[in-house]
Amino acid sequence: MITLFDFLALSGALFAISVAGIFLNRKNVILLLMCIELMLLAANFNFIAFSRYLNDPAGQIFVFFILTVAAAESAIGLAILVVLFRNHQSINVEDIDSMKG
Amino acid sequence: MTQSMPAIFLLIVLAPLAAAVVSGIFMRFIPRSAAHWVTILGVGLSFALSAYVLWQMLFAGMGSMNVTVYDWAMVGNVQFQVGFLVDRLTALMITVVSFVSLMVHIYTIGYMADDPGYKRFFSYISLFTFSMLMLVMANNFLQLFFGWEAVGLVSYLLIGFWYTRPTAIYANLKAFLVNRVGDFGFLLGIALVLMYTGSLNYGDVFSHAPQLAGQTIQLFPGVAWAVPTVICLLLFVGAMGKSAQVPLHVWLPDSMEGPTPISALIHAATMVTAGIFMVARMSPLFELSNTALSVVMVIGAITAMFMGLVGIVQNDIKRVIAYSTLSQLGYMATALGASAYAVSIFHLMTHAFFKALLFLGAGSVIIAMHHEQDMRHMGGLRKHMPITYATFIVGSLALIAFPGFSGFFSKDTIIEAVHESQRAGSGFAYWCVLLGAFVTALYTFRMLFLTFHGKPRYVIEQNHGQPADTGHAHMQPGHLPHAPKESPWVVTAPLILLAIPSLIIGWPLIEPLLYGNFFAGSIYVSPAHHVMQSLAAHFHGSGSMVLESIASPTLWVALSGVLVAWLFYIFRPTWPEKTAKALNPIYQLLLHKFYFDELYALLIAGGARGLGMLLWRFGDEKIIDGGLVNGSANAVGRLARILRRSQSGYLYHYAFAMIIGLCLLLGWLILR
Amino acid sequence: MAATIVFIVLAAVLIGAALGVITSRNPVHSALFLVLAFVTSAGLWLLLEAEFLALILVLVYVGAVMVLFLFVVMMLDINTATLRQGFVRYAPLGVVVAVIVLLEIGYVVWTQKLGVTFGTPVPHAATFSNTRELGNLIYTTYVYPFEIAAVILLVGIVAAISLTLRRRAGTRTQDPAKQVRVSAKRGRIRIVKMPTQGGQAE
Repeated sequence: MITLFDFLALSGALFAISVAGIFLNRKNVILLLMCIELMLLAANFNFIAFSRYLNDPAGQIFVFFILTVAAAESAIGLAILVVLFRNHQSINVEDIDSMKG
Repeated sequence: MTQSMPAIFLLIVLAPLAAAVVSGIFMRFIPRSAAHWVTILGVGLSFALSAYVLWQMLFAGMGSMNVTVYDWAMVGNVQFQVGFLVDRLTALMITVVSFVSLMVHIYTIGYMADDPGYKRFFSYISLFTFSMLMLVMANNFLQLFFGWEAVGLVSYLLIGFWYTRPTAIYANLKAFLVNRVGDFGFLLGIALVLMYTGSLNYGDVFSHAPQLAGQTIQLFPGVAWAVPTVICLLLFVGAMGKSAQVPLHVWLPDSMEGPTPISALIHAATMVTAGIFMVARMSPLFELSNTALSVVMVIGAITAMFMGLVGIVQNDIKRVIAYSTLSQLGYMATALGASAYAVSIFHLMTHAFFKALLFLGAGSVIIAMHHEQDMRHMGGLRKHMPITYATFIVGSLALIAFPGFSGFFSKDTIIEAVHESQRAGSGFAYWCVLLGAFVTALYTFRMLFLTFHGKPRYVIEQNHGQPADTGHAHMQPGHLPHAPKESPWVVTAPLILLAIPSLIIGWPLIEPLLYGNFFAGSIYVSPAHHVMQSLAAHFHGSGSMVLESIASPTLWVALSGVLVAWLFYIFRPTWPEKTAKALNPIYQLLLHKFYFDELYALLIAGGARGLGMLLWRFGDEKIIDGGLVNGSANAVGRLARILRRSQSGYLYHYAFAMIIGLCLLLGWLILR
Repeated sequence: MAATIVFIVLAAVLIGAALGVITSRNPVHSALFLVLAFVTSAGLWLLLEAEFLALILVLVYVGAVMVLFLFVVMMLDINTATLRQGFVRYAPLGVVVAVIVLLEIGYVVWTQKLGVTFGTPVPHAATFSNTRELGNLIYTTYVYPFEIAAVILLVGIVAAISLTLRRRAGTRTQDPAKQVRVSAKRGRIRIVKMPTQGGQAE
């Protein structure tokens, strides 16, 4: 029997992996965006699991909106990435330090 | 009649104000003659109504009136009102003030004829008349203070009337600052009155006065002061500033930078007597404190004696009269200190006439000498200016208290009153005022002889090439374009009109004013202070007073002063110089006016400057600029230099910070 | 029981794919691992009877977003070698933080039990439409958030286009604004005054 906590553990593991991924791939903006997608996926997992085990479809509505926002976010993120590459010929985060104080 | 009185009072006060507004604000739209006509009309109306009020008081049995015309504000239980307390003291004062003011208005037409600030001047003196009338007619402390400050303001404006002269600016600033010291004390005194009586109205305060007698106040921990003494001393500090008593007298001689009519009106006849009037008005308070009265008496005596001494060595004709004014104000204060308020007011009145006369006479001489004020360049003017000379003689004789002249009755009574007084310090005061009579006679006749007698010491330049009207200012001292001639009628008429009261006003007035209970109800004298009663016992009419003066020391002291003046300045004109050399230390002391100015410049101005320097160098530059302004900027800068290391600009640093922050927050939520 | 096996398999694949995403040397491989993760997630969501979202995830995410990712990765000439430099430098920190996050989530989930008791899920009938259920909610209760989500997407489109749009010299483009603004009198005909050939009749 699959319990709610199995799903929660799975999403927790997924989240932890994506956190680690941010630390590992800190220089690669594309990988950073992918890790963020993974995080959102982990969050969505939780929503759907709770929705299922509470018999409340509102959680799925949440996921729906999160997917919407995540799609918009990744579109803009990639657009920024393209512009960045066009200007810097690189997506290396260490080259982008014009925000340095 | 009584119903119309408040309207009359208002008219007395507002007529000069309206005139001042018309001639001042509409200065550009009215001709010169309109400026003097409208102001003379305003002041003339004031005088006529004042005389009417006085007449009603004296002969129609009108009692004192206390009317409130306007409620200005109400703070808690304290009412701020505009109102008039008109009793015999006030009626006398407003008549004197408006009369002298009227004379000065007329005189100014002649004196200021060529001045570009003609209309401004008329506006100022009318404004002054308004302020002074507000002061003397006030029925509460607030209005008194308003008038007090307003006359101070106009005095400031008029001393600096010729505002292009640096000396005039210095003098008006000095007058302003010294008066601030006095006014500060005055304001504190008023505040104490309000604190202890809960009211600013004279009537309420005076009816509370007996309850103040036993109370004490701790100004410094452990030292208890009687409340009436503190109040009276503070009020007298105000009077010292306004009435130029030692040590706040230094502004009055310098105020002679103003035009001469102003010296006559403000700095001799009216404004400077405001302090005397105020003390007389506050007699119910002052009578409660023997200490305060002793202080008043001693200060007055010192002023009377030592300021007269300074007058002996002055060469500027106006300054001599200025020191004479100081000295006479000292006499008035001494009389106040002896509880002889009526005598003081009497002397105030006679002094207003004869001192205004002397000032206007000096002004007439100054016109004739083309604005030369140094007596060393005068002499022998009596042949050229007979009217001025005659009136000047009258004024001088009144000033030295020659029997029969108005000053005699008032001043002789003051000396007698001080003699009768049993108060602490009265012995010292008596000798001061007695010797003061000698000094008065000496400097008065020195001035008279130097100006009008002897040989002319000025040079008449017959052939100077410039037109007379433009040549004045460029003449050397003592050089005149033509022989001095008598002034026009607008100048001499006020002289004559002032000479008449200076000559005779003492005869009819001394008995009703001093011994006829004239001031009953206005001036309160405690039964314990029976100076006036013992004087009354000796008094047998004006005529016999004149006769008895032959046996009194006062006359002989004064005559010896005249004699010394004659010896030094007519008989042997070389003696003054020799004496000055022989007694050089004393001469220098007097010439430097007892070094008051130097002392103030050193201690107060120097101290203030030193303090300012300290505050600037240390407080401002080090603490505020260095510590607070630049220091805070530097601190922020240093902090920012440390903090900017965290702003690496690398995206992943921010991402790490977010993630680690999330972990910490989550951990805190779990573990708390 | 079969569901449990499916869950375990899919979960293992998902974890593996996620690890693959973060450890691959090549971004293209990362993106493909991410596609794998999404697909397995969709399978897990089907287990949770969220059929609509599972299909959306595959259609929208795998079909559009991940294609966009791949597209960008391939379009940009990325030097992966420099991006990999210092890969392990932060690895210990990353692992430590990940473990902390895991512990914290685990602590919350297992020891606190969230303070709620969960019933067993009610299996839906075979005719039950998850899409209809969500549609009913979206178009009634959540209609305003739905509209806002639509606006956000629109803003995303406009932002992405305006960011990447660039005008290169030498391109021939139409400017509709100018075309609309053109006036027959001033724009189309130009009357030119020229000097006449002073009387030379030919």
